[in-house]
Amino acid sequence: MSVESDRDVLVRIRGLHFRRGPRVIFDDLSLDILRGSVTAVMGPSGTGKTTLLKLITGQLRPDAGSIEVDGEDVLRLDKAGLYRLRRRMGMLFQSGALLTDLDVFENVAYPLREHTDLNESMLRKLVLLKLEAVGLRGARDLMPSQLSGGMARRVALARAIALDPMMILYDEPFTGQDPISLGMLVSLVRQLNDAAGMTSILVSHDVQETASIADYLYILSQGRIIAQGTREQIEGDDSEPVRQFMDGLPDGPVHFHYPASPLDEDLRSPGRRR
Amino acid sequence: MRFEGLARLGRGVIGALERLGRAHLLLLAILGGTGEVLRRPRLLFDQIYNLGVLSLLIVGVSGLFVGMVLGLQGYYVLQQFGAEESLGIMVAASLVRELGPVVAALLVAGRAGSSLTAEIGLMKATEQLSGLEMMAVDPVRRILAPRFYGGVIAMPLLAAIFSAVGVLGGYFVGVGLLGVDEGAFWSQMQAKVDFQEDILNGVIKSLVFGIAVTWIALFQGYDTVPTSLGVSRSTTRSVVHAALLVLGLDFVLTALMFGD
Repeated sequence: MSVESDRDVLVRIRGLHFRRGPRVIFDDLSLDILRGSVTAVMGPSGTGKTTLLKLITGQLRPDAGSIEVDGEDVLRLDKAGLYRLRRRMGMLFQSGALLTDLDVFENVAYPLREHTDLNESMLRKLVLLKLEAVGLRGARDLMPSQLSGGMARRVALARAIALDPMMILYDEPFTGQDPISLGMLVSLVRQLNDAAGMTSILVSHDVQETASIADYLYILSQGRIIAQGTREQIEGDDSEPVRQFMDGLPDGPVHFHYPASPLDEDLRSPGRRR
Repeated sequence: MRFEGLARLGRGVIGALERLGRAHLLLLAILGGTGEVLRRPRLLFDQIYNLGVLSLLIVGVSGLFVGMVLGLQGYYVLQQFGAEESLGIMVAASLVRELGPVVAALLVAGRAGSSLTAEIGLMKATEQLSGLEMMAVDPVRRILAPRFYGGVIAMPLLAAIFSAVGVLGGYFVGVGLLGVDEGAFWSQMQAKVDFQEDILNGVIKSLVFGIAVTWIALFQGYDTVPTSLGVSRSTTRSVVHAALLVLGLDFVLTALMFGD
């Protein structure tokens, strides 16, 4: 990546190491997220994409390395500082993570009620505007259990942008969506980013949808970045791991088989003791 | 191979100690949320309703039956010594000192404690707790603290209701059914049940049980493995641990209060 001035970089990660038990998740990972961009982090399942989001938001702590968000060192922040920073971030969880005992309106109003002193009529206007932005103003009285998966994700999105964050993090926003809600979500991500001047980090393994809206892409595999660049640059990358992931080939550097002993040996062995 | 059993034992002990440590840290964090609960009493009232008012039926009905059984059993024993007039004091003292706090705590652990654990555990499993953290809302202060105080406040009230309904049950059976003298029933109770010795001690007991039951329920939910099996195990553990702790604490408290 070309050298960017400090002011353009919203998230700066350097030399990140993270392990879970004996498994190394990140091995010396460094990346930059530019202000105002939609940056995609892609990679096969289990490469720690969600973990990366949790590290950026300070929900997990790395074993080594540094994480800066908007000039603040996430690892040095105390709880109050971290919560202050999080008010300026929105996160869209894979499950939506809506509060199940509140209706749609109250879910979106929740961060506003917690963090602002808006009066009821102002709050109502804001919530309706956020719901309008995701096309669900008419669904304000529904309970989360009455929503489809795609609708729940859009409500969660409205909630994530309720406080007008500087950055929004998407954890697998496109997984398990029918083609129509998928299309809606894809264009929403781009629209919200551009209309509100936000920065978006998109973690996903849905190659086509993600590549279609991302300004810059990182591909992770086995704890490292194996490719990065614009969509064109990635598509022109001929290396085997990148092609396997982008083209969805069943076998390649990432094997179809989970590591195991040879089949004939395994079949002849007495099996597990019970 | 030879030391495998020993290693497993060690791991188990260390795991248990770790859980105990986490439970105490959680309790500290919950107590740190006291200010938030006071600032927003609405959250507390909701939980007193959830944990207390909604437990009224089971506590009331159980109290009635326990009182009626006490009336029957007490009468059969006391009449052998011609002392059936003391039935009132016997029923009231057993309820206020022991059965009220203990049985109410066991019932609350089964009804409200298990639902608390399942609620918090499912909130964890469905990422609602992480979602709150990402909205810069501390789930311990916002979700757990009001539930803790709700449980602690509701428990003595429920125990008192249990005892009161139980006394009525004993009265119906003793006086109404078995013909114990009504005046003797009430006047002996009034004369012999001591406010400090019996009632205050009972209230202290139920307060301690309230802390124990709610704390265990919240910890089990908050510390759950976020899967269906994990939540179901935590819910079971919540009830089992709470019941054992209540009975154990009851012995200790009784020895402290009534021993010389």
